[in-house]
Amino acid sequence: MAEIESHDYDVIVIGAGGAGLRAAIESVSRGLRTALICKSLLGKAHTVMAEGGVAAAMGNVYEEDNWKVHFRDTMRGGKMLNNWRMAELHAQEAPDRVLELEAWGALFDRTKDGKILQRDFGGHRYARLAHVGDRTGLELIRTLQQRAVSMGIDVFMECKILRLLSDSEGRVSGAVGYWRPTGEFVSFTAKAVVLASGGVGKSWKYTSNSWESTGDGHAMALWSGADLIDMEAVQFHPTGMVWPLSVRGILVTEGVRGDGGVLRNSEGERFMFGYVADMFRAETAESEEEADRWYDDHTAGRRPPELLPRDEVARSINSEVKGGRGSPHGGVFLDIASRRSPEVIRRRLPSMYHQFMELAGVDITREAMEVGPTCHYIMGGVRVDADTGAATVPGLFAAGEVAGGMHGSNRLGGNSLSDLLVFGRRAGMGASDYAEGRLGDPSVDAAEIDTIIADSLAPFTRESGENPYTIQSDLQEMMQALVGIIRTGSELDTALEKLGELRERAERTSIKGGRIYNPGWNLTTDLPSMLTVSRCVALGARDRKESRGGHTRDDFPKADPEFGKINLVLRQPAGGGVEGDIKVSPEPLLEMPDELKELFEEGH
Amino acid sequence: MADITMRVWRGDPGGGGFEDYELQSQEGEVVLDVIHRIQATDAPDLACRWNCKAGKCGSCSAEVNGKPRLMCMTRMDQLPEGPVTVAPMRAFPIIRDLVTDVSFNFEMAKKVPAFDPAPPPEGGYRMQQIDIERGQEFRKCIECFMCQDVCHVIRDHEENKPNYAGPRFFIRFAELEMHPLDTNDRRELAKELGLGMCNITKCCTEVCPEHIKITDNAIIPMKERVVDAQYDPVAWLGRKILRRHKLTAEEAADRG
Repeated sequence: MAEIESHDYDVIVIGAGGAGLRAAIESVSRGLRTALICKSLLGKAHTVMAEGGVAAAMGNVYEEDNWKVHFRDTMRGGKMLNNWRMAELHAQEAPDRVLELEAWGALFDRTKDGKILQRDFGGHRYARLAHVGDRTGLELIRTLQQRAVSMGIDVFMECKILRLLSDSEGRVSGAVGYWRPTGEFVSFTAKAVVLASGGVGKSWKYTSNSWESTGDGHAMALWSGADLIDMEAVQFHPTGMVWPLSVRGILVTEGVRGDGGVLRNSEGERFMFGYVADMFRAETAESEEEADRWYDDHTAGRRPPELLPRDEVARSINSEVKGGRGSPHGGVFLDIASRRSPEVIRRRLPSMYHQFMELAGVDITREAMEVGPTCHYIMGGVRVDADTGAATVPGLFAAGEVAGGMHGSNRLGGNSLSDLLVFGRRAGMGASDYAEGRLGDPSVDAAEIDTIIADSLAPFTRESGENPYTIQSDLQEMMQALVGIIRTGSELDTALEKLGELRERAERTSIKGGRIYNPGWNLTTDLPSMLTVSRCVALGARDRKESRGGHTRDDFPKADPEFGKINLVLRQPAGGGVEGDIKVSPEPLLEMPDELKELFEEGH
Repeated sequence: MADITMRVWRGDPGGGGFEDYELQSQEGEVVLDVIHRIQATDAPDLACRWNCKAGKCGSCSAEVNGKPRLMCMTRMDQLPEGPVTVAPMRAFPIIRDLVTDVSFNFEMAKKVPAFDPAPPPEGGYRMQQIDIERGQEFRKCIECFMCQDVCHVIRDHEENKPNYAGPRFFIRFAELEMHPLDTNDRRELAKELGLGMCNITKCCTEVCPEHIKITDNAIIPMKERVVDAQYDPVAWLGRKILRRHKLTAEEAADRG
């Protein structure tokens, strides 16, 4: 075996967004030797892009709010496919996690009496999102980053993990990867591994996600024998920028609508009034007058339909555009200029103001924005135990976007940042408990490491292979066209065929240049996970023959109560690895206890 | 037809130079879009950092036509005609092409003592919006490190780096010093880490993509506080206790 840099830890955390940082803080505070590993520089993870806020039933603006209301909103938003225990823990613990951030230095916007201010968001009955203008994610990541640095956590920045490593009994026992700045390989042994690697959105052409969101954690968990669930549940955020083309997909915060912005079609109509599903009719305003009263006083009217959950709004925008009532560049209009003063807009939405001014030449205090759906978030992910974050293979834990179950088939805005904090901490605790109880030193297979390294270097030795960027671009076009916001069975079959072709092409890439900070080479090591997660999404989408939350089938346009009782579980037969077949099987949801079921009956 | 020329610095610690790439312009593109197109076609090994592509993460800092800019927020159609030069930040060692070794900043970050509040009173901390707005201004920092890049104290004086935290960390010290709940005194450390070496040329303020008034709102007030402490520790203690009134007075002065 080639001699490479190696490290031994109790716990390694892969990913340094909100969930990874929070998990590592927990593990270090327990006195465990902890490494935090991330593909980019510390503090640049996708969490930094979160804008609107962190959802927590603190009751600072509406005293009526409490964890049960938040739990109910979350489950209904997820169309009841959620892991109820995760949704319960999340609703109960989010307020403490927000207060903890404050004690660590976060400066949230304040109410008049000096408490943390909370704003309205889609699907939340009360104003519930603690926030800092429209840069809440930056505040969250910087607070956790500064906390972690002050604790002296070992951080491995710009280090890409290629594979997890298991011992002879199948326990996850380490990982192998490389340093991007040097191209040198590095291996880790660890008693427990926490995946906090974020999402998969880079497989779509129009996405709010950065280059990092290639589904590494999802894919590596699957390759190591762990179950994934609900991978068909992909959220298309209703409001991404649509123009100029080069910025298409960049996020426009839901806070615009929470703060009074409305959606209009090319005829000037607030079209969302025509798209209120039965499930939400009782609590949604019927007229513009009623909706407008609600902003100032939630008891004076019902919620505006612009604040329905994201899946509902995204599908409605899609229908308006397809119906020929779109904006000039193929979106719809998001108008806050005619509804709030320029001062309020600039104070509440400063980064939206700058983003549109600088990238699109649009002054949002004077004119409407053009927006349309953009691939944003995957609800599906690694199947975990709610209390500990444990995956279905020993030694492996997951938290944040890479974990599945919390959000069911659709996530409410603001529930992601709270998810990171609640389950980052819990996965950190679960991994620490496991590491403390694990006997003996973790062992990994040196020959397996050699094979992984050799595979990753193969593109350098091929004389005439394909440019990996071409393959990535073809994958993104294909997923956008065939596994996008609206799906049909025949297109999903085609997608699966094309994914097979793309995988063959990905095995014939070639790379010029050396190993030091070579993005082309780095991309060849991201493609296997991008292709695996894309296949998982397409397989789940093919087998879920209904429409629910972030999964919409043109050929099965309604929700099917039978599908409402199951998760689709994806796994590879033992020893499957990167090339292995993926099996999809329906398995029953966890049964919710009666006292929680009561929350969904009449009168609540 | 190619109508733009990108003159991109390519090289490593051993040296390098500018290489020209000719491309056809596309509507609304930013510099980072064009760099990505070069990567996807002519030069897949062209090294650059980026993440959010929306001015929020501070990864893609480079010197565009000689000025530090976020590549993702620099529109091609707003640059003057002629070749567009793109070079790495000069104050940091080269790794490759547009990527520099910014570890200096992460090492300095370790020297900042953590936020240290008193335990919360019954019912939790209370802070007024007006008292936290100055801190919020500094917390807008996206750590693009362009303020560090242009700071004369280190841009041309490598030898100053060990003893000079730079503008990014002066605003961090100021943020904590002005935090209504923090109990640490950070002025000694700010002094040790070179606050006095800043000669307030405001280059940092000029390049800040978040428009943080680094010099006026952080560095100058911190310099004043350091001087005050040297003359009168009792006054410092009094001010620390009566922080509300002090800050409010400062706000009033700012507005006046």
